[in-house]
Amino acid sequence: MNKRDLVVVGGGPAGMAAAVAAHENGVKDILLVERDQYLGGILNQCIHTGFGLDYFKELLTGPEYADRFIKKIRAIPDIEISLRSFVVRLAGDRTVTYLKPGGMFHVRPKALIMATGCRERTREMIHIPGTRPAGIFSAGLAQKLINIEGLLPGKEVVIIGSGDIGLIMARRFTLEGAKVKAILEIQPATRGLARNVVQCVEDFDIPIYFNHKVLKIGGRDRVEKVTVAKVDAAMKEVPGTEVVIDCDTVLVSVGLIPENEMIEMAGVDIDKRTNSPVSKEVNTTSIPGIFVCGNSFKVYDYVDSVTADSELAGRLAAEYIRGRA
Amino acid sequence: MTKKMVCIECPKSCLISVDIENCKVAKVTGAKCPRGVKYALAEAVTPARLFTATVIAEGLDLKLIPVRTDKPIPKKDIFRAVEEIRKLRIGKPVKAGETIVENFLGLGIKLLATREAVKGGCKNV
Ligand code: SF4
Repeated sequence: MNKRDLVVVGGGPAGMAAAVAAHENGVKDILLVERDQYLGGILNQCIHTGFGLDYFKELLTGPEYADRFIKKIRAIPDIEISLRSFVVRLAGDRTVTYLKPGGMFHVRPKALIMATGCRERTREMIHIPGTRPAGIFSAGLAQKLINIEGLLPGKEVVIIGSGDIGLIMARRFTLEGAKVKAILEIQPATRGLARNVVQCVEDFDIPIYFNHKVLKIGGRDRVEKVTVAKVDAAMKEVPGTEVVIDCDTVLVSVGLIPENEMIEMAGVDIDKRTNSPVSKEVNTTSIPGIFVCGNSFKVYDYVDSVTADSELAGRLAAEYIRGRA
Repeated sequence: MTKKMVCIECPKSCLISVDIENCKVAKVTGAKCPRGVKYALAEAVTPARLFTATVIAEGLDLKLIPVRTDKPIPKKDIFRAVEEIRKLRIGKPVKAGETIVENFLGLGIKLLATREAVKGGCKNV
């Protein structure tokens, strides 16, 4: 069993900010584990601008925002970075078990910071009936395919939900030569930021329909169409408003949910509704010495706020370690 | 005449009004910071956007290099920019912030890489 002062799980903006802040506050023995082969997390696929104005007073793209922290963290020899390291078990005594090419490792730190981010809500969570053809993607997966892998998932796209990633992908698909036939939002207004409606939707005349829901996804092997209808104030379908839209791809952009299976396994109390740890203060959990920060604590709108709050997590962990020494 | 617009400079998305009298901007209201005032003045005359995309990489550890312009480009040039980007290839390692094209589309605007890429294979620590 390896011992450490601090282990940080997750090498995205939250984990990097927490590790750097802990180091600035006196923690000198830190291991950061990241499952991907790069640091930066989801920022690497967010190639659009909109990051950094609060924290860096500069408008940056996602990869640039990540790059600032990657440089910072790599310049600190006290922080060991373990990439391609996938955490498979977490115990209540803070023992972390992770897989990495070459084997399985166990480490028990004095304090643990979980910065595992969030995942996307899926079609299953919003109950859309119909067949199960290929061509249905979460918006973030489509973003990864286009921006990292260079693959265009489809040519005629309908987007369900108007979360920010969906709006941003509407523009991305359009620029890559696909046709976005509709964005459907069941609520009377967008869930995304107004700036994204302007620069991603209005700039490209993409039709966005509020108070509309998907009744059915159709198609045998591949998506062929979606059937949509207007809804009333009670979210009930208005009879006679059914329309069929032909498309080969459906994107689902219906929000994010914190990823917390590991701390749940360790026995941390989780709020089943939000999937956040039950806690009176930001970054703390029901188990002393286990901290959670960034989108795994709660889903944030801005990465700048993730950084600020995660720095606080780093300081809290440093205090906790000092208190035990 | 009053033009109303949503500032897209940062996620706060302020609603800004630009009062135009005798073809001149008389007043800008609603911006929470100077950046927004600058945006509103430009948007009222020639709307422009920072352009982001990816360029195909060859022989590097990434398949695609994300890029952006260093200044906003006129909205009308966006699809021309897309065409131009498709023709580009990056074969040399790059750093975030490095210039890829000096004079992009002849607009006197730079195209910058936004992520580091190194030679071939996967990058380990
Ligand atoms: S005016 Fe300033 S604060 Fe408001 S959206 Fe624009 S940049 Fe942001």
